[in-house]
Amino acid sequence: MPILQPIGRTFLIFLAAVGRLSLFAVHGLSHCIRPPVYLRLIGRQMIDIGYYSLPVVGLTAIFTGMVLALQSYTGFARFAAESAIPNVVVISITRELGPVLAGLMVAGRVGAAMAAEIGTMRVTEQIDALDTLATNPFKYLVAPRLIAGIAMMPLLVCVADIIGVFGGYVVSIYKLGFNPATYLKNTIDFVEFQDVASGLVKAAVFGFLITLMGCYHGYNSKGGAQGVGAATTNAVVSASILILCFNYIITEMFFAR
Amino acid sequence: MSQSGNGAPNKIEIRGLCKSFGPKVVLDGLDLDIAVGESVVVIGGSGTGKSVLLKCILGLLKPDAGSIKIDGEEVVGQGSRDRDRVLRKFGMLFQNAALFDSLPVWENVAFGLIQGEGMGLAEAKQVAIEKLAAVGMTAEVGELSPAELSGGMRKRVGLARAIATTPEIIFFDEPTTGLDPIMGDVINDLIVKCVQELGASTLSITHDMASARKIAHRVAMLYNGKIIWAGAVATIDESGNDYVDQFIHGRAEGPIQMQVRAN
Repeated sequence: MPILQPIGRTFLIFLAAVGRLSLFAVHGLSHCIRPPVYLRLIGRQMIDIGYYSLPVVGLTAIFTGMVLALQSYTGFARFAAESAIPNVVVISITRELGPVLAGLMVAGRVGAAMAAEIGTMRVTEQIDALDTLATNPFKYLVAPRLIAGIAMMPLLVCVADIIGVFGGYVVSIYKLGFNPATYLKNTIDFVEFQDVASGLVKAAVFGFLITLMGCYHGYNSKGGAQGVGAATTNAVVSASILILCFNYIITEMFFAR
Repeated sequence: MSQSGNGAPNKIEIRGLCKSFGPKVVLDGLDLDIAVGESVVVIGGSGTGKSVLLKCILGLLKPDAGSIKIDGEEVVGQGSRDRDRVLRKFGMLFQNAALFDSLPVWENVAFGLIQGEGMGLAEAKQVAIEKLAAVGMTAEVGELSPAELSGGMRKRVGLARAIATTPEIIFFDEPTTGLDPIMGDVINDLIVKCVQELGASTLSITHDMASARKIAHRVAMLYNGKIIWAGAVATIDESGNDYVDQFIHGRAEGPIQMQVRAN
């Protein structure tokens, strides 16, 4: 059947791509746990991923918390359920919005930069040069980024959670007239360890996915500037889709009854 | 280990090397020997597979068939640990130098010493400054970023990096491409000087006949995936090979028909 052929071919290409990505991930992770460990490179990547992403993640979190409080108020006021706003803000931020929005922002900032940097190294033969200098590119380029992504995303999400809840607090207290002490007590009483823990697990997984996609697309880029541009786009798009996909899977694992 | 025609043992022996990309056959049973301390230049048109040959020897590309021996040791199909050991014998000057943008010049030069040999930073920096001096550059250049260097300076830094680990074999990929004739000659002189001091075996690929005549002991011409002529550099003008004659005189007419399209 001529109609089935392109579908089958596309499916096989998809499977081959998944296989290549899986092998790349296993290869990269295996170098994370085998010596030598490049501590200086890991530190540099941690600063790049964690410290330099703080402004963009902080701004995203504070406005998300603020708008969440405002929108919750406009909805809950109809049912005289305004007192649930602190609970809604803290649960939404810690479980979902903190990790997902931080993940998407870091994918845009860090994933794109990684793909562009490694892609440029590929097309200018710098990765070949690493090989000829008896330095494994996976160990030198990929492993430090994976380790830094997995370690720094939970810290970023911790900060995003605090700033997001603070954003909701500011709007609730100064615009909606809530009592500060009551708001904070409701927030602390309602949030559970599992809410924060699930967000941090998501953050670590998202950190892995963002750095993996940045490294994978950069490492396999070809064809000069156009290829590097395509690698950058693919890194951000694929990391964003995987973040949303794995967000559902992890939520299902933690909260499905 | 077998010997070359002049009696020196072979550093590199290539037999029946084949490499294709899809339907395009790039190397088709190529044979080449490089003796210890010998400087061989492979000439040939663009797209004839000169860079592919280098990459196959370095293990950056996997040959479809054939044998590559370094010091009598087969390197095709080697494991990564053995390959790393063999690669420590090599230095390479890439066409565009391939300097690491994220590192200052001195760290580029000392990269193989720091990462490959585990040398301390202070000692490696001292060696890097000595190697930069060997290619006519000052210690201040070592503190610059590669982005601040001109084309000729990048080549010289690339050469300093290639010789920093005192390699037994050095590859030069189009060492004078993109340089003005004077800077090209400076690079050629540096290559000859560095290779003589190290006593290394070298394999260079180039289109530049002035460069080939200056740095080669022996010239080999690659065409249609095979070495169609090889001989001492002094004999190249009397090769009696129409392909070589057309190439070294840069004539459009002759047996070599340039492909307008890649296939």
